Amino acid sequence: MTQLDLIRNFSIVAHIDHGKSTLADRLIQMTGTVAARDMKAQMLDSMDIERERGITIKANTVRIEYPAKDGNTYILNLIDTPGHVDFAYEVSRSMRAVEGSLLVVDASQGVEAQTLANVYQALDAGHEIVPVLNKIDLPAAEPDRVRQQIEDVIGLDASDAVLISAKSGLGIPDVLEAIVTRLPAPTGDRDAPLKAMLVDSWYDAYLGVVVMVRVMDGVMRKGDRVRMMQTNAVYGIDKLAVLKPQMVDIDELGPGEIGILTGSIKQVRDTRVGDTITHERRGCAEALPGFKPAQPVVFCGLFPVDAADFEPLREAIEKLSLNDASFSSEMETSAALGFGFRCGFLGLLHLEVIRDRLEREYDLDLITTAPSVVFHLHMKDGEVRDLHNPADMPDLTYIDHIDEPRIKATIMVPDEYLGDVLKLCQERRGIQQDLSYVGNRAMAVYDLPLAEVVFDFYDRLKSISKGYASFDYVISEYREDHLVKMSILVNDEPVDALSMMVHRDRADLRGRAMVEKLKDLIPRHMFKIPIQAAIGGRVIARETLSAMRKDVTAKCYGGDASRKKKLLEKQKAGKKKMRQFGKVEIPQEAFIAALKMDG
Amino acid sequence: MTGNVGAPVEDWQQGGFGLYIHWPFCQSKCPYCDFNSHVAATIDQARWKRAYLTEIDRIGALTQDRVLNTVFFGGGTPSLMDPDVVAAVLDRVRATWPMVNDPEITLEANPGSVEAGRFRAFRGAGVNRVSMGVQALNDADLRSLGRLHSVAEARAAFDVARTTFDRVSFDLIYGRQDQTATDWTAELRRALTMAVDHLSLYQLTIEPGTAFGDRFAKGGLRGLPSEDLAADLYEITQDLCGQAGLPAYEVSNHATAGSESRHNLIYWRAGDYAGIGPGAHGRLTLDGTRWATECPKPPGAWLNVVERTGSGDLVPTALTGEDRGHEYLLMGLRLTEGLSLSRLSCMSGKALPSEKLHPLTELGLIQVDGDALRTTPAGRMVLNGVLRALV
Ligand SMILES: Nc1nc2c(ncn2[C@@H]2O[C@H](COP(=O)(O)OP(=O)(O)O)[C@@H](O)[C@H]2O)c(=O)[nH]1
Ligand SMILES: C[S@@+](CC[C@H](N)C(=O)[O-])C[C@H]1O[C@@H](n2cnc3c(N)ncnc32)[C@H](O)[C@@H]1O
Ligand code: SF4
Ligand SMILES: [Mg+2]
Repeated sequence: MTQLDLIRNFSIVAHIDHGKSTLADRLIQMTGTVAARDMKAQMLDSMDIERERGITIKANTVRIEYPAKDGNTYILNLIDTPGHVDFAYEVSRSMRAVEGSLLVVDASQGVEAQTLANVYQALDAGHEIVPVLNKIDLPAAEPDRVRQQIEDVIGLDASDAVLISAKSGLGIPDVLEAIVTRLPAPTGDRDAPLKAMLVDSWYDAYLGVVVMVRVMDGVMRKGDRVRMMQTNAVYGIDKLAVLKPQMVDIDELGPGEIGILTGSIKQVRDTRVGDTITHERRGCAEALPGFKPAQPVVFCGLFPVDAADFEPLREAIEKLSLNDASFSSEMETSAALGFGFRCGFLGLLHLEVIRDRLEREYDLDLITTAPSVVFHLHMKDGEVRDLHNPADMPDLTYIDHIDEPRIKATIMVPDEYLGDVLKLCQERRGIQQDLSYVGNRAMAVYDLPLAEVVFDFYDRLKSISKGYASFDYVISEYREDHLVKMSILVNDEPVDALSMMVHRDRADLRGRAMVEKLKDLIPRHMFKIPIQAAIGGRVIARETLSAMRKDVTAKCYGGDASRKKKLLEKQKAGKKKMRQFGKVEIPQEAFIAALKMDG
Repeated sequence: MTGNVGAPVEDWQQGGFGLYIHWPFCQSKCPYCDFNSHVAATIDQARWKRAYLTEIDRIGALTQDRVLNTVFFGGGTPSLMDPDVVAAVLDRVRATWPMVNDPEITLEANPGSVEAGRFRAFRGAGVNRVSMGVQALNDADLRSLGRLHSVAEARAAFDVARTTFDRVSFDLIYGRQDQTATDWTAELRRALTMAVDHLSLYQLTIEPGTAFGDRFAKGGLRGLPSEDLAADLYEITQDLCGQAGLPAYEVSNHATAGSESRHNLIYWRAGDYAGIGPGAHGRLTLDGTRWATECPKPPGAWLNVVERTGSGDLVPTALTGEDRGHEYLLMGLRLTEGLSLSRLSCMSGKALPSEKLHPLTELGLIQVDGDALRTTPAGRMVLNGVLRALV
């Protein structure tokens, strides 16, 4: 139990690669929280995928003890949050658990789209904010310009921003002092009934479900019986600990403190992030406002390449969803792909992360079908249906109109690439809402259909701006538009896994791009293969993949018989990586690759 | 070797019986070549001779009373063998097996002057056929193929060979870097004026683990033909050779009727052959079981094991009926004459189902003609695809 005024709870907000993880590492290191020999880079990114990709996916927390210049030792609780838009919702939740933020901006780059999105969330959460200019060791660093930018764009006073190099450690003591002197201490009443926020929960192989909590009022002790106010479930606290970042058991958590608990909670789905935890007896009267659960916005089919892997896939999906409440799944059958799952994700990165984990951690080979957003079908009889899968599109005669999700996208880009960026947004059916300048950087705000950005918009944006554009979005509303289902026929057979919803005016272009891509992706067969895109019965694009002309081994003598036989067997095994559609074999990676647009 | 895998006994004699002898040394290693060939500073030819003789004795004991049809010295560069070694080997062969009246005894030769100087001696030892690696008929391409000889030297060596041996053939590699259809047409026309009655024409294959393979993997080695150009080159080859009276009897081999390589036909007709020397493979039917034999690949390892144990054989594998069927398919369909469906089902214990044959027949890639199954010229060009569909 720590005195309230000796606690500081904070998060770090930053655009990707501006140095959030590096700064967290330095804070942990300089306070001796982790012994030097146990230190590794990106300490708080614990998943392999986080480390490999250099991104934070899951929120994490660390408790740091800091002896300040005023002679007191403070407890600093850092909640590290994901930076990617897919996980924006998770960020906003975690921010409710702390009182302040360090706003880290790369002094050589300046404010980017995610800087804005994240700082606004911090402001929404009522945070006190300390601007930190990082990477001042770089020759390209322009702290004065960036300071000005923070004032102009965000409206924050940056005159006493802390200048640091997270890489070299320069300025880190100033950051620690600023946390103590400039961020507010939490408030709370130790004697009031227990009121704690369920910040996050995850599954741990040894401990089962682990719940991260922030105590607002009252005291939580090991052995207490607590009630989750939304679900009304009661659990005994088996373990109470703080993360440093490894778990250290503790007897009690008082107001302002952040820690973890375990009880006999069966699955992560039994916990609601944002829920209020109180004592079973003498509970608090009023719950915290709570959060809406994150809704999946992107759906795709996941099918095992080898039909025999359906059961292992089912088990793997079950295990993963135990740990990730924002990932949904439902069994699906496809005429072409057999049994699989229709899965929902927070965004494309989330999709890729889950798919990677399924393939890696569970050793599965998967076919991923075209990602789709959720359309609202307004039927003539007044019913409104969600369409998660283009293959389920009912007959048009029953449909009155179709609504699609729209987003408000903020794009920041250096002037010289603006033209191409605006063109891209226009092509993707974007409607410009605002365009302003911050120095030589333009900030464009667009109303765009989510369906047009969900797939490869970000990649395209990066490539046309040579990596300089940044992008962030929030889902704004559902709106009617003229949407149609485009089917793809390979050798005259429809391949349902390749069908997609497109805007009528974009159909020809998308259809053409798809059939051209497929022509490159499908290997030549012994016969020629027509590849068509069609809307209803009308073919809108057609390509022909010509028959294989030459595939024969030049030399094959006595010593080659064994080798050749093995090769043939290997090729037969290679066929398993393909899916048979009528007489045609389509490689697994074609399903996603076919969707990438070059323009 | 004992044991019987239970497949019905199939008459191996239909394919004949041959002996392959591998000589694993070359003067230099060609960048495209993945044969078991090595460059050695010194070679103790007497030691090699003894090892070959030991092996002949061992295999002779296993295959007593068989009539031998062919002997083939392959490499590597067997034309660098001491003619005495070749003579001793052939003497021992004749003492071991009864031979047909006109055995075919082939030796692979490189077209250098050193080799040409030995041709008489090889002939004296009993070699009656030479297959010469000419590879290209222009000096620039010979250089980029890493060959040590020029076109003029190759022509000279070939002239010596032609007057020395009853039968001569030479090899060319096409589909080289930046080779156009026009280039190849002209070069092949010239080759056909040189040719006697047999030609091997191989499309350049980029083999992993070779110098070309490494360059290719790193994105080097530009100008290799596209699939379409490769197909055109192959078709040109078929047409020109056909017109010149040397039609293809196998994917890459062309001959006048009766001049086919009888030794190589044993492979493609799934006959029996013994393999002697480093990395040599064999197929021997003993007591109703067909065995796949294999020798250790490194020359030194082979030599040592033969000297120490009296056998250069690794543990042989008994082929199942299915293995044998697959081998017969993938070898037999290379031949213009095709294979025998009844022999195939006798080997594998089951007939090829018509659902597998039918689509390929419809596409004009194979032909069933009584008991014969053969690829059409179009089918032979995509044989790997045909095989994938059939196995
Ligand atoms: N030169 C320099 N590079 C830095 C500094 N801080 C972080 N980096 C580098 O910037 C990249 C992104 O840092 P990271 O902490 O992963 O950023 P995050 O995405 O915000 O977590 C990494 O390559 C770091 O090594 C700094 O102060 N100076
Ligand atoms: C064992 S090698 C031959 C003999 C001899 N050492 C020589 O090079 O002249 C047999 C033939 O295979 C052909 N060959 C070898 N490697 C090849 C490759 N990578 N692609 C195509 N043909 C190849 C060459 O034509 C060569 O003559
Ligand atoms: S092609 Fe012939 S000479 Fe060249 S390395 Fe191979 S075997 Fe030796
Ligand atoms: Mg990071």
